[in-house]
Amino acid sequence: MRQLAILLKKEFTQIRRNPFLPRLILVFPIMIMLVLPWVTTMDVRNVAVAIVDEDHSQLSQRITSDIAAAEYFKLTDGVYSYDQALLLLEDCKIDVILSIPRNFEHDLSSVSPQRLSIAANAVNATKGSLGSQYLVQTIAITLSRQLAEQGVEAPSDLIVVQNRYNETLNYRHLMIPALMIMLLILICGFLSAINIVIEKENGTIEQINVSPVGRLTFTLAKLIPYWLIGLLVISIAMLVARLVYGLSPAGSLWVIYLATILFIVGFSGFGVAIANKSDNIQQTMFVMFFFVIIFMLLSGLLTPISSMPDWAQKFTIILPPRYYIEIMRAVYLKGTTFVELWPNFAALTIFAVVFNLLAAVTYRKQS
Amino acid sequence: MAAIEVHNLCKRYGKVTALDHLSFTVEKGELFGLIGPDGAGKTTLFRLLATLLNPDEGSATVEGFDIVGDYREIREIVGYMPGRFSLYQDLSVEENLDFFAALFGTRVADAYELIEPVYKQIEPFKTRRAGKLSGGMKQKLALSCALIHRPKVLFLDEPTTGVDAVSRSEFWDMLSDLKQRGITILVSTPYMDEASRCDRVALCNEGRILTIDTPCHIVENFDKRLYAVSGDNMFTLLNVSRAVSGVVECYPFGSAHHIVADAAFNENEFIAQATLAGVRNVDVYPAEPTIEDVFINLMKQ
Repeated sequence: MRQLAILLKKEFTQIRRNPFLPRLILVFPIMIMLVLPWVTTMDVRNVAVAIVDEDHSQLSQRITSDIAAAEYFKLTDGVYSYDQALLLLEDCKIDVILSIPRNFEHDLSSVSPQRLSIAANAVNATKGSLGSQYLVQTIAITLSRQLAEQGVEAPSDLIVVQNRYNETLNYRHLMIPALMIMLLILICGFLSAINIVIEKENGTIEQINVSPVGRLTFTLAKLIPYWLIGLLVISIAMLVARLVYGLSPAGSLWVIYLATILFIVGFSGFGVAIANKSDNIQQTMFVMFFFVIIFMLLSGLLTPISSMPDWAQKFTIILPPRYYIEIMRAVYLKGTTFVELWPNFAALTIFAVVFNLLAAVTYRKQS
Repeated sequence: MAAIEVHNLCKRYGKVTALDHLSFTVEKGELFGLIGPDGAGKTTLFRLLATLLNPDEGSATVEGFDIVGDYREIREIVGYMPGRFSLYQDLSVEENLDFFAALFGTRVADAYELIEPVYKQIEPFKTRRAGKLSGGMKQKLALSCALIHRPKVLFLDEPTTGVDAVSRSEFWDMLSDLKQRGITILVSTPYMDEASRCDRVALCNEGRILTIDTPCHIVENFDKRLYAVSGDNMFTLLNVSRAVSGVVECYPFGSAHHIVADAAFNENEFIAQATLAGVRNVDVYPAEPTIEDVFINLMKQ
């Protein structure tokens, strides 16, 4: 214990002395939380639409003006033929073509109505599919209103969509907990790993190795500062989320902190294990990057796990961030409690134990 | 019981044999020098004795403790100063010293009289970061830190490499002083001229010990005739000398060349031949052998 206190004092002196680290710890979370929620959005906006209107009816005018009024779309004027529109689509000037056939309004209430056609540029798959979906919804509303005015039952009232837990489908609310996790991965994983390997690069680990300090004491002294820093970082991030985006956890804070502690203890252990096996900072960084990319893309941070292929879904079982992300989103948006999330907490605990055992076992005083 | 006993110690890195069945003994209170060029295996030997490496074969003890089985005890009683400066550059002189003292469960004040001769020279700079010290001051700080827990044995791996001549001389004075206090010191150096400061030296090369003796004996036991030669064109002289009969060996040595000669060597004949080859003002005189002469001749054998 006495040795641990001495080593900790040394670690904190070094962190304080570092010209860059204290600033990074404060500025990094604030910057990430201020900037990234605005840009990491999957909402599709500014879909450029060209309407080829061959009907020139009252209804086709109404559809056009409704599309022009919708916030997702940007109407391109001066398109008169389908071929002309197709050329624009090829040049990426427009994203979606809507063509309204001749006699569309006239045949609407007949037995075999004319069909509208939508053609979308799906090079950007998200924009293409979401853009055409939005278009279908907008037209459906216009048509049902038209039919209602004519005394026909409006079919769209049959389906009512209600977005629970995130009523306005605000993508930021989904991304903010995810960004907090990225912050912790970067700060707790990378910095604690670098902090160990830098002692190897500078040769200072030699002096520690010939002293009576035990390897557990040494490793703990390297980790504890970054555990505390991790808690500080998540607190700053939560504060920014509340002040700037008005998003505070629907569930209780202590559930979030408990999950955070388990996650950073586990993840920093992982970083240390990698540092123990590397000789210099480059090696550590590249191995860490390899795993971090897997963690970020496969644990549901950006894309839902349920839409991944079956084998990938099975693989996510061994990724610790997956459990933490689930907890963060559930507590933040739904207000889920500890009791319901206990399997996730159990998983995080197992990871924390395994990674830290790995960190302790891989540290060798002798080469 | 000797302070350090090394028996048939062997260490390999893949196909390279760094230490090849090394055996020697260092008595208590001795200042023992390991003299040899880079790659002789000096650092490997230190890392083995400091329990940072495990040997492939053989055994060694430090103050009676086995380097494999009793590594914990050894770490309590040795001070190790690696060849590369390995203190915390972002901590000040004082903080480094306090840190290592605390790590060994002692205080700077407890060991102050021991480190004083060394530390007092850098004490005026005690608030300066270790990374900002000059090379000589870094060595003094490293020595202070290695001494802070009153070790019985000191391992100093090339402490004077990269240090100016005055600081080197001062450093050896400090080592003599520490020796007076009963500390056993094992020190390595690539500088042959420092060998005379040791009680005994081991000349080593490519993982083997060529000879172990006191510096005086090593020089006395040099049983060949040695001459120093000089002339106007030293480079031509070197090539010419090697062809003269009776010359076994000729190598540059400071401002002259040293010639190891056998019975067939004749001074006047040498001057005649060298002059014939175009070297003027040739001078030949018997020279006193030094450790370096011994080393060069041992290496050629």
